Amino acid sequence: MENRIRHARTHITRNEDLIFERTSPGKSGVELPPLDVPSVPADQLLGSDFHRDEVEGFPEVSELEVIRHFTRLSTWNYGVDTGLYPLGSCTMKYNPRVNEVVARLDGLATDHPYAPEALAQGCLRVLHETARCLAEITGMDAVSLQPAAGAQGELTGILMIRACLAERGNPRKYILIPDSAHGTNPASATISGYEVRNIKSNAQGCVDLAELDRALTEDVAGLMLTNPNTLGIFEAKIAEICELVHSRGGLVYMDGANMNALVGVARPADFGVDVMHLNLHKTFTTPHGGGGPGSGPVAVKRFLEPYLPLPVVEKTADGTYRLDSSRPKSIGRVRAFCGNFGMAVRALAYILANGYEGLRQTTEDAVLNANYVMTRLKDLYDLPYDQPCMHECVFSDRRQAARGVRTMDIAKRLIDYGFHPYTTAFPLIVSGALMIEPTESAGKTELDEFIEAMRAIAEEIEEDPQFVLKAPYSTRVSRLDEATAARKPILRWKP
Amino acid sequence: MRYLPNSPAERAAMLEATGHRSIEELFNQIPDNLKLRGPLNLPGPLSEPEILEFFRQAASQSSRDYVSLLGAGAYTHYRPVAVDALISRGEFFTAYTPYQAELAQGTLQAMFEFQTLITQLTGMEVSNASLYDGSTATTEAVLMALRITGREKVVVARTLHPEYREVLATYVRHQNVEVAEIPCAPSGQADLSKLEAALTRETAAVVIQSPNFFGALEPIRQVAELAHQQGALLIVSIAEPLSLGIIQPPRDADIVCGEAQSFGVPVAFGGPYVGFLACREKLVRQMPGRLVGQTSDSAARRGFVLTLATREQHIRREKATSNICTNQSLCALAATIYLCLLGKKGLKALAEQNLAKAHYAAEQLRAVPGVATPFSAPFFNEFVVKVPGEAEGLLAALRDEKIIGGLNLARFYPELKNHLLVCVTETVSRAAIDRMREVYRRIQTQSNSSGSAAEIPSASVARN
Repeated sequence: MENRIRHARTHITRNEDLIFERTSPGKSGVELPPLDVPSVPADQLLGSDFHRDEVEGFPEVSELEVIRHFTRLSTWNYGVDTGLYPLGSCTMKYNPRVNEVVARLDGLATDHPYAPEALAQGCLRVLHETARCLAEITGMDAVSLQPAAGAQGELTGILMIRACLAERGNPRKYILIPDSAHGTNPASATISGYEVRNIKSNAQGCVDLAELDRALTEDVAGLMLTNPNTLGIFEAKIAEICELVHSRGGLVYMDGANMNALVGVARPADFGVDVMHLNLHKTFTTPHGGGGPGSGPVAVKRFLEPYLPLPVVEKTADGTYRLDSSRPKSIGRVRAFCGNFGMAVRALAYILANGYEGLRQTTEDAVLNANYVMTRLKDLYDLPYDQPCMHECVFSDRRQAARGVRTMDIAKRLIDYGFHPYTTAFPLIVSGALMIEPTESAGKTELDEFIEAMRAIAEEIEEDPQFVLKAPYSTRVSRLDEATAARKPILRWKP
Repeated sequence: MRYLPNSPAERAAMLEATGHRSIEELFNQIPDNLKLRGPLNLPGPLSEPEILEFFRQAASQSSRDYVSLLGAGAYTHYRPVAVDALISRGEFFTAYTPYQAELAQGTLQAMFEFQTLITQLTGMEVSNASLYDGSTATTEAVLMALRITGREKVVVARTLHPEYREVLATYVRHQNVEVAEIPCAPSGQADLSKLEAALTRETAAVVIQSPNFFGALEPIRQVAELAHQQGALLIVSIAEPLSLGIIQPPRDADIVCGEAQSFGVPVAFGGPYVGFLACREKLVRQMPGRLVGQTSDSAARRGFVLTLATREQHIRREKATSNICTNQSLCALAATIYLCLLGKKGLKALAEQNLAKAHYAAEQLRAVPGVATPFSAPFFNEFVVKVPGEAEGLLAALRDEKIIGGLNLARFYPELKNHLLVCVTETVSRAAIDRMREVYRRIQTQSNSSGSAAEIPSASVARN
């Protein structure tokens, strides 16, 4: 008996096959209502050139098998609902359940984007009110909810800069980007038809004004800046930076990825920023969903409003809402229909839940949490820019690397302690970065447990670095062979 | 604030540990003159019941009591309840991009399954893990073709979704790319002789949608031959992928892209949706977006990782294949679950129902005197109707019967005055179709008696 159990396979919950491998012909997870019109001979109607008999290889499983399959897969994931998810620059905060409920209401989830405007006033009002709130939070004059994600917001913003400068006579050639920036910044600038010039950060991790001054030739269209930057440090000279760029005829784009440090405390419009994007999936609690959908609204000063992407939601004199698609100076459409509307619903629900007081408290907690983690870890982990941080702190693995353990290894070991890792190896200006953003959604108890885990790992590295190098030990799979995956890509199941 | 886990005492203890005297001090890096003075003018704070009430009120100002015959790139299909039950699991929807593969095998395996399903549907060899939507997926396919061929001209069928064409124009405006448009033939398909004439050795790609914006199926094999003769790639965009349950996939294409919203994602006033992009294996290194690959762990167990990342912006920065950072994971998961539920049999049966309903509706409408379905090409669940009299008048009369009668095509095609694009999915009942027919009849009678009998152009062909 003992023998047999020892040789039995681990329960399927740990070894769920691909759905294609669980298939048996003749099954389906749905039954359709009877057809209430005459059926048609599809093969004759479509002809043999067009008619398809079946999709080869498609799964055939019952509803229960689908439920079990995806439930089992979900247990191999880690989400914000599971615990602390301090992934720096991603703002993994709580996604309120009420957001999900209201986004699924009949009338909001079911309205067609081409529904007559008179019958879509509720949806249009949600879009308009969300845009108004975001304008108020950033201090900017107008907001478009069209961009589908942060990276598309960047592209939209830079295209608007280009359109504006072109109208002034010369779109110019270059966009300046600090070396600490996220990789989407240079990629977005390139698609907008600009060449990228990187500018080096100074010893404090911020934009070097002298370097910026030198780089700001008459060919420079603008500066793309993240504030607080990716080190979690506020660019204190932001007003001077904006003034300098403006004095040379350029415009300033702010990447609002780190807005969770500023909401209710300071407004980018007051810094001198001309155009920025927000990530509703970061600051405004729409779920990350395992990697999307996101939403990247752009906010602009008045003079850039004519260039906003189409369509623009307007409130008319009689209090009704409409979509305006006839704006001659617009950069055009960046996405079909009305943006990621469902994300606007969720973001507005979050803003309504908080009000100004709640949003301000949220920002304060996010910043306090990051400073608390930084303070309690800096004796064991190297802090290359030792100063108070905003919403995230960035350590280097310098001390642990001396024992042969790098940031990714520490991250993998952290998994065994029950936490999702921080962001590894970013920003690029910190060698072996550990980028930690606890967000406001972690309480002191959980932060203390995280801090103890990080301290324990530092000790383990002193005692037995080899042990840490093989982590994680607690997950369903151990470290995966990424090199082979890239060299001989297997990107689909085959029978 | 109910979402925040810290108590005042915990905040005080943490503040003390940081050595700061006040919360304000934490914000000392922000110069005083840049700090916000006074509260923001925002609504709230609201309790949960108040939030529900706010949105229920907004939801009531909607078309939810109407039968909708709108398609045009966003399709109303029944969504089995299991889809929302599964994607609402916190382990899925509160996770991020699976950078730490060991903690994200659920998302990764599901995306691998999504990629497989898309290749099976489209007849392509590889698929990515999704893109924003159909319009951006089509645009990314064009950018991909430009990179692969090194050419700078693109030929696009005017039967491609007008908003997809607009998005493409926005993206290539600053890339020295020339986009030529091919008009529509009387069949409702792209004009192949005009296509042939437009193609040169400088053409990077031909972009065609099938079923196209008018619902007509395009002759993909002939289009592929014309494109390939000139060394151009063929991109086929599909906005209604349910059609693939009963219609041959565009196997002769090089890239197949489009919108998978039909698969379990609500129409939700336009988003979020889920774009897909599939292609031949040899093109994979020029693909945009996330890709999930199969590999094994140190104990030789099967596992999945994000792969071929050297194409992407976080490694390549300004030299990346795209600026896209993430995919549309949760919507792709919904599509995966939806397709698994339907399965081989269900997908076919559902596609057959859509085909039958749309053909029933087309027959009923064109039986009304003065009404025509002018395009002769075969169609799936969407077709064009030339209506008697003014389209807006008819749409208003239909609205009085709680029917949204379709899209007035004059909005995008001024030459198609008084033509409607009508989509009939499985959600539209026979009774609603018959009611719609009666409104058409009434309008026709009225316009006859008022002396402005609708003309039927002799070129229009009623097809059976």
